[in-house]
Amino acid sequence: MNQEELNNRLLEIKDKLIDIEHTTNNRIFLLCEAQNNYSVCKFLFEELPLRFVIVTGIDSDDCFEVLYHFSNDETGHVVTVKTFIRDRENPSIESITPLIPGAEWIEREIHDILGIEFKNHPNMRRLILSDDWPEGVYPLRKACPERSEGTKK
Amino acid sequence: MKQNVKKPILAVGPFHPLQEEMEFFQLTVDGEIVTDIDVRISYNHRGIEKISESLQFDQVPYLVSRVCGICSASHPLAYINAVEELAGITAPERAQYIRVIINELERIHSHLLWVGLAGHFIGYDTVFMWAWKYREPVLDLLEAITGNRNNYGNVRVGGCREDIPDEIIPKILKDIDTLEKKTEMLTKAVLDDPVLHVRLKGVGTLSKEDAVRYAVTGPTARGSDIAIDTRRDDPYAAYGDLDWNVITRPEGDVFAKAVVRLLEVLEAIKIIRQAVKKIPKGPIALEVKEIPPGEGCGRAEAPRGETFHYVRSDGGNRPIRHKIRAPSYVNVPSFRASCIGEHIADVTITLAAVDPCYSCTERLAVVDSHHNIVHDYEALLQMSRDRTARIKKEIGAPELKMEDL
Repeated sequence: MNQEELNNRLLEIKDKLIDIEHTTNNRIFLLCEAQNNYSVCKFLFEELPLRFVIVTGIDSDDCFEVLYHFSNDETGHVVTVKTFIRDRENPSIESITPLIPGAEWIEREIHDILGIEFKNHPNMRRLILSDDWPEGVYPLRKACPERSEGTKK
Repeated sequence: MKQNVKKPILAVGPFHPLQEEMEFFQLTVDGEIVTDIDVRISYNHRGIEKISESLQFDQVPYLVSRVCGICSASHPLAYINAVEELAGITAPERAQYIRVIINELERIHSHLLWVGLAGHFIGYDTVFMWAWKYREPVLDLLEAITGNRNNYGNVRVGGCREDIPDEIIPKILKDIDTLEKKTEMLTKAVLDDPVLHVRLKGVGTLSKEDAVRYAVTGPTARGSDIAIDTRRDDPYAAYGDLDWNVITRPEGDVFAKAVVRLLEVLEAIKIIRQAVKKIPKGPIALEVKEIPPGEGCGRAEAPRGETFHYVRSDGGNRPIRHKIRAPSYVNVPSFRASCIGEHIADVTITLAAVDPCYSCTERLAVVDSHHNIVHDYEALLQMSRDRTARIKKEIGAPELKMEDL
């Protein structure tokens, strides 16, 4: 799939996106709301198809961002689906693990460190945090203190 | 009654000093066949992504070179690619070639290390001794260039920290010539050995479909017929100017992954030879004053596969988010696809074939709840070696001839 085809195919899901940003030659950001993440990722992974790379979770000032990075290896493009979770109190998003088994670990990791709930994830056990880490303390949130109560002696 | 019968559990892990990351594998076995696998990681979580947010852009390369001792050139390079992309910087051409040379030397020593350990796991200690002997001069070259055998700390935003002195160039060429001959012989010895064919072919097969579903990268993907290589697909450093082949194999088994790695050593030698000849004169770094707000995705092909770094800046002097994805993070979960249905004696080599951190097998223990038998790591390693010895006997193969190497 060359660059032009990729750009054209991405227009097919335009109604699910807020915007399409081309930051440099081969980096594309697809901005979308949290409820559309599954259908957009399904389109990229199954229809195009692109290779799944990883997910990045970010605590932004007014929302949580979940970035799904995909790679089009024929052109060297990284296509990133940037989803915004506006509900800071109970952040949740649809899991893509049923679609891409390779996403199981990273969704568990983001759940551990940012406290984002992944709906329909098949195995939401802890991955990164130790067993005695206190519930409800999410180390990668900006509000998290450097040393939480749970780790003090 | 049947529900009361506990399934035998095989526990693999978690601690070994060689491993950059502790891992624990719990294998459920039926007789000698693996029926399920559960992986537990993060025994040694160091919070590098969080620490990175507290360091300045120029300090982060030293931090990320410590993500992995073996890939200590790939991680900083992927990070630098991300930062240079978001800041719109292109490093001087000489720096790009230096980056290529260091990264390819790293690939050679990592692959040779793997070949040696893979030999050790199946009872070919001659392969172990020879592969590690050939690896030593590569580490010496890295030391001559960067001052360190590992953790080179040679890249920075906008270029490189240390130049390659002209007087080392003839030594590099001479050493890689010798290494090429040795690797060719080692490759031939492995490819021609009938025991290795029987022992490793059809073992731990990862199908192309599963490789896509688990999103594996590097030799693990290329051994399953997926021709991806970040160096070619999204060229960084000076890879766009150099000519080499992406090695793939269709079989997806342990043998295919071994062949991919051995042939990649030869390709890496080709790349270094070209880079050393083409390296232009000139400065090795630009002065970078500040990093603008923005975000960048940097990639580098580490020995184990694609290393991915995402960096976001708000215009300050520190990244506000730095995501790191090491290749093993996607390669290791593929064990669910490659180990289930395999023989226990093949699990050590199947796990090792992904080159996660071979040492995960050090604390291997089989707990059979019926008979209360505990097999430790040594016993399982012995099972793997006995299997090789049985095959040798069955097909009446001669000992691997290494004396002419």
